[in-house]
Order: sequence, then C-alpha cells, then structure tokens
Amino acid sequence: MGESIYRSHVLICGGTGCVSSGCKEAQDALVKELKKHDLATEVKLVETGCHGFCEKGPIMIFYPEGVFYCQVTPEDMEELVEEHILKGRIVQRLLYKEPTTKENIPSYKEIDFYKKQQRLSLANCGHIDAESIDEYIAEGGYEALGKALTEMTPQEVIEEVKESGLRGRGGGGFPTGLKWQFAHDTEGDKKYIICNADEGDPGAFMDRSLLEGDPHAIIEGMAIGAYAIGADEGYVYVRAEYPLAIKRLQNAIDQAKEYGLLGDNLFGSDFSFKLQIKAGAGAFVCGEETALMASIEGKRGMPRPRPPFPAQKGLWGKPSNINNVESLANIPLIIREGASRFNSVGTEGSKGTKVFALTGKINNTGLAEVPMGITMREIIYDIGGGISGGKEFKAVQIGGPSGGCLPENLLDLPVDYDSLIEAGAMMGSGGLVVMDEETCMVDVARFFLNFTKSESCGKCTPCREGTKRMLEILNRITSGEGRDGDIEQLERLAENIKSTSLCGLGQTAPNPVLSTLKYFRHEYEAHIHEQKCPAGACDDLLNGYVVDEDACIGCTLCAKACPVDAIEGAPKQAHIIDLDECISCGACEPKCPVDAISQA
Amino acid sequence: MGQCQCGNSAESKEKYFAPLMKILEGYEKKEKDLIPVLQKAQDEYGYLPQDVIKEIANQLNLSFSQVYGVVTFYSQFHLEPRGENIIRVCMGTACHVRGAGEVLDKITEELGVDDGETTEDLKFTLESVACIGACGLAPVIMINDDTHGRLGADDIPEILAQYKE
Ligand SMILES: Cc1cc2nc3c(=O)[nH]c(=O)nc-3n(C[C@H](O)[C@H](O)[C@H](O)COP(=O)(O)O)c2cc1C
Ligand code: FES
Repeated sequence: MGESIYRSHVLICGGTGCVSSGCKEAQDALVKELKKHDLATEVKLVETGCHGFCEKGPIMIFYPEGVFYCQVTPEDMEELVEEHILKGRIVQRLLYKEPTTKENIPSYKEIDFYKKQQRLSLANCGHIDAESIDEYIAEGGYEALGKALTEMTPQEVIEEVKESGLRGRGGGGFPTGLKWQFAHDTEGDKKYIICNADEGDPGAFMDRSLLEGDPHAIIEGMAIGAYAIGADEGYVYVRAEYPLAIKRLQNAIDQAKEYGLLGDNLFGSDFSFKLQIKAGAGAFVCGEETALMASIEGKRGMPRPRPPFPAQKGLWGKPSNINNVESLANIPLIIREGASRFNSVGTEGSKGTKVFALTGKINNTGLAEVPMGITMREIIYDIGGGISGGKEFKAVQIGGPSGGCLPENLLDLPVDYDSLIEAGAMMGSGGLVVMDEETCMVDVARFFLNFTKSESCGKCTPCREGTKRMLEILNRITSGEGRDGDIEQLERLAENIKSTSLCGLGQTAPNPVLSTLKYFRHEYEAHIHEQKCPAGACDDLLNGYVVDEDACIGCTLCAKACPVDAIEGAPKQAHIIDLDECISCGACEPKCPVDAISQA
Repeated sequence: MGQCQCGNSAESKEKYFAPLMKILEGYEKKEKDLIPVLQKAQDEYGYLPQDVIKEIANQLNLSFSQVYGVVTFYSQFHLEPRGENIIRVCMGTACHVRGAGEVLDKITEELGVDDGETTEDLKFTLESVACIGACGLAPVIMINDDTHGRLGADDIPEILAQYKE
C-alpha cells in the first residue's frame, strides 16, 4: 500500500486498562526517544486494543522479535530504544517474570497467562491498530461479509450459524442461529438488528475490549446478521461509561462507510445496511432486551412481558434481532472459515470459546479467552496465576448480579452454560470475581442485592419490594442483628421473587443469596447465632482479638504491630490483648508466627 | 432550584436557549431523539435546569411529565448543578472485594461531601458507580475522563490535589 518499510513495529496497548496505567505518557516518551535517535521513520508505532493482561500494563510488544515488555514507564524508553532497537539486546528487567519460577519470559506466547488461552474472538485485539480498517482487512476482515453477500443465501448463512452451535454470549445462552431464524421467518417490511453493548455486569469488560480493540468485527457481524434476517438498519447500544469504545466504534463506522462496506448495495448486491450508535444513559436494566429497545425509542428503559419476543415485535413494533457484542464478534470467523472452525472447540452443549474477565483477589487480572469446558481451576490457577497475597481461595463469583458463588470443591467443574446452571450459578457475561478467605460471603450477597435493589426499574412488585426486603434482612445479619428464622425467610422471599418477577433482573436477583446459602450457609449461621463474621470483614461484628496463651511464644511481634498499644506482655511470655483498647483492626493476627491470635 | 437565571425578558431568554436550539438543529425532533438531546443539553448546561427540560419537551412535542420521567429514570441525568470535576468511584464487584469502600470513605473525608453530593465551591461532585470496565486495575476511580487504578486510600489526597487548582 505504498507504505515505507519499517525495521521494527512497536505495538502499544491503548485499552482502557493500559491508558490508566500510563501508556500514553510512555508512548509520548518513546516518540521523543525515537526522534532523538533519528528512528522515527524506521520504527512504526501501532496503538492497539487490549491485550487482556491489564494487571501488567502498560504493555508494549516489539516486533519482529515479538518481545513482550510490561509495566513500562516513560523513563524506560531511553533504554528500550538504545538497547532493544539499536543494539538488538533484550531489556531483561522489563520482561514478564513468571511468579512461580521467577524466570524472565521474552515471548508472550510462552507466558502462562496466554498459553492456555485460545483467542478466536479476541484474535485481533491487541494485534491490529484498532483505528485502521486496512489492518482489519489485512487480517481477513470483511471477507466473510463478501462471502455471505455474493455466495450465500440468507438461509444458508443462518444454517451455518446454527451448525456452529454458537449460543448467545450476553448471558442467556440462547442459540444464535435459531434466534436469527425466528427474525428471518417473521414477515415485515422493515426489520432491525441491534447489538447489545450495555455490559452492565460489574466485573465484566470483554465487550468493552472488543469494541475498543476490534470494532470492525462487530460491524461485520452485524451486517452479516442483518443480511440473514432481512434487516437494513442497525443500532449499537453502548453504555455511556465507555467513551473510548464509542469513539473507536464511530471511527470504524465512518471508515466502513467510506470503503463502501456500510451503505447501499454492498458488494454489488441489492443488500443495503446502515448502522448507528446509541449511547446509554446509565441504567443497568437497559441491558435487558425489551428495556433496551424502549430506551432506543427515547422512553424510560422498562422491560415489558415477552411474548411477543423481539423477533415478532421489537423496535418500534418491527421484527428485531438483538445480540451481544461477543456473540457478534464470533460471526465473521464462522462464516469465513466455516462452522467447523468454531464447533470443533468446546463441549457437547456449548461450542467455541468464551472470554472471561478475571478480577478480584487473583494474581493475573485481565481478559482470558478459553475453550468452553475448561475447568475453573485451570482458569484461576494456570491462567490467573492463583490467589494474590498468598491467601486461601474461598469462592469464585460468576455471572454477576444474576449469578452465583462456587466453592473450592467445584473448581474442577468443566465450565459451560449447562454445568454452571446446575451448580446454581450462570455464565452471565463471563465476569469471574475471585474471593479469598478475607471475603465475607454474606457481605457479597448483600453487595449484589444492594445493586439489584437500586437497579430495579420498579415496574413489577416482586422485584421492587422483594429485593428491598431481602436487602433489609441481609443488612441486619451483617450488622449483628440477625434473628432466628432470617435464613428461612430469605429462602422464601427468593423463591417468590424468582418465580413472579417480570424480567430477568428480578428472576435472577436472588441467585447470589441462594448460592451463598447453598455453599456457605455456615457463614450466615455464624453471623446470626454467634455474632461472628468468620472472614473478619463485617465491622459491626468485630469484638476485638484474643491471644491463645498456651500457644503464644512471646515473640512480641503482635505488640509491635498494634497501632493502639493494646497488647501487653514481656518477651518470651504470653501476651494479652486489652479488649477495651483493641480497635479490631486485625493488624496483629497475620503477624503471629504460631497462629495464636484469633477473633474474640 | 433549576430555574433559569436569565430574568424574563424575551431577549435574554433567547440567549439562554440559543445553545439548545443549536443542538436541536441536528435532530428530527422526534421522541427517539429525546435521550441524545438531553445528553447534549446536559453537556452544554452542566445539568438539566427545569426551563431547559420544559423547552425540550416543547420542541419535541412531548409532555413535560414524559420528559421528566425519562430524566429521572436514567442515573446519568442531573437536576442540580454539578461540580467542575466529576469523581466516579467504582463500587463494582471487582472493586468492592479489593477495598473500594475505603477509597470512597477517604474521598468523602477529604472533600466533606457524601456520595451524590457536590462541594460548596462547585469544584467536585462525588458519585459512586457500578463498574467502569477497568476491573483489572481495581479499585478504580474516574475523575472526568481520566481513570486512576490500583488505588489505596493513601493515594487519594495526591490525586485530588491535581484537580484542585
Ligand atoms: C437485567 C438484565 C441485564 C442484561 N444485561 C445485558 C448486557 O449488559 N449485555 C448483554 O449482551 N445482554 C444483557 N442481557 C441479556 C439480554 O436481554 C439479551 O438476552 C442478550 O443481549 C441477547 O444477546 P445474545 O443472544 O447474543 O446473548 C441482560 C438481561 C437482563 C435480564
Ligand atoms: S468493578 Fe470496578 S471497574 Fe469493574
């Protein structure tokens, strides 16, 4: 394309994670250094989307060697230019260090975090310039759209997607091909296709990364879907909290228009498609499909009963099809390389890969795309690098406010849609929040109920009033005023809310409570009957700490750690904590080498 | 609260609404334009004064109550003046388990305002939000469009100082 030949390419992660870790400053410093050494025309900088390894940001990859540098700062740039680019020597201290072996790993393919991943939908994220349509096309982009429009009938496209076994990545897991079939079969002079990029589940950010890192894939997926169902207009509903995603997507839409990949008579066919962005305005319930459509129409985002389903009566009463970002991002691959490329990966009932957002008390936070059917243990320990701070694993929360917490003994469960439902959780959007021994499970349940209570739109009574009552009980329990019968009352309320709420928000809101009750009932009981929080997290239940005098070896470490001098005792003699002085800060407990200190 | 500060002369009213009229030019003035128009108007006026809401209802041919209903439904819209700097503290799951509560407490203490309030000098508005999608860096806050991650309560004074000038 008439571009000059560069001796090196430097890929700089420009995802939200790395931006806040300071990649812009590092990039500016690199530009300066390159200028200083007269290399500006020889080294090309490419700002990419998210590499997924946000924990180690800002990230830079130097090609042709493919060396992965992490946590770089502006001050490191001089060394990187002089050593790596000029002398061809790898800067060891900026490489990723494997936490277990302490080895420096130059190539990112060798890093444990990436080794077990299989990046199909994220293939371009972090590898191409997210603002360049040419780079997307060079990776095979828009080939699938061309193939669909020139070689396939809409029904053939639908068959291919059905054959792939793709199920909706927005949470419900409904087969995408079947959904397209319904929308295709409904008669209508006007149909819409909608991309759900509301990503409301706190703890999930894969949709954001896809939009920021590979926006053309979403556009291509939507155009193919529109062709399949017979729509000529599409909307992407993006949450307002994602300004960078909106900017990149708008840029991509403009480029696609310029290249004739959006607009009238695409690829010389009689298929026309136009696409626009709608920015959300801050309401979790707008992720629900009927509420989302009400919001696009300019109304309050309240769900309505289904049926009629969107495929029959959707946006402005017209047949509509709504898919999640990640679902759509898989479409180009399925059409380009065929259904078997996708369905050769995964389990019987859940094909392909899923992107998980690893967060919480885990060493490697970030995004990981793995084949369906992988175990939770592999995700958390092999990819995620285990629990941070050397603590004990307690639970992993999956599926956000609609999901549940899984305990240690379910870590070997193969992860797919159906196994998770059986275990009392759900795939949801794929947010995985890891919790350690210091996380109180009652508090986690209370946290989610507080979220769903404030996000309930108020239209139906079970959800509006029920979540409030459940939250009241949980507040009572975590503040030490739990009563006999509270657990049973929670269970009764939960069942009623689940079976009588209008939309998915209410129908799933009790799940975090039910799953913690199922696996961590003893923690509830300890709060209610013993006024104790086993995790030491609920402030109101902390009554100070005590020393087991028989175990104490008199090392004095606890007394030194106490900020209020509440611990007395001579060296080599048992120590005593004055409970009137103790502020329950917990500073002494981890210091004790013989575990003689515990909550009173 | 929320009355227009323009006095009542037709001329000053016209001046006050001029930016709104400019915004409306880009739209067909249908119901579907309501949310984007409210978003742009809020960017322009800093919040949504009552007179602006009324005028939008008027222009889009919707009832005031319908527009008001939409404004109060979405957490992004505000009926009161807001601070120059908007601090969004993430209270999402990932941030919650990594100590977002302490970060929020520290900001509350430093600024002397509670969640949802604005400082008297109109410098800062403090809000808690559920997830800004930077969970890998939890706990996270956003000040205006800047994201600050991997925070502890001790980092707060220094960060706030950058915005205090
Ligand atoms: C309360 C609630 C919130 C939801 N939030 C989202 C969301 O943020 N993103 C999403 O893709 N789907 C969300 N969904 C699911 C959508 O209603 C819908 O099923 C999905 O967008 C369909 O796309 P898919 O078939 O590709 O998964 C939500 C559902 C409910 C009930
Ligand atoms: S939970 Fe805080 S940024 Fe996602």
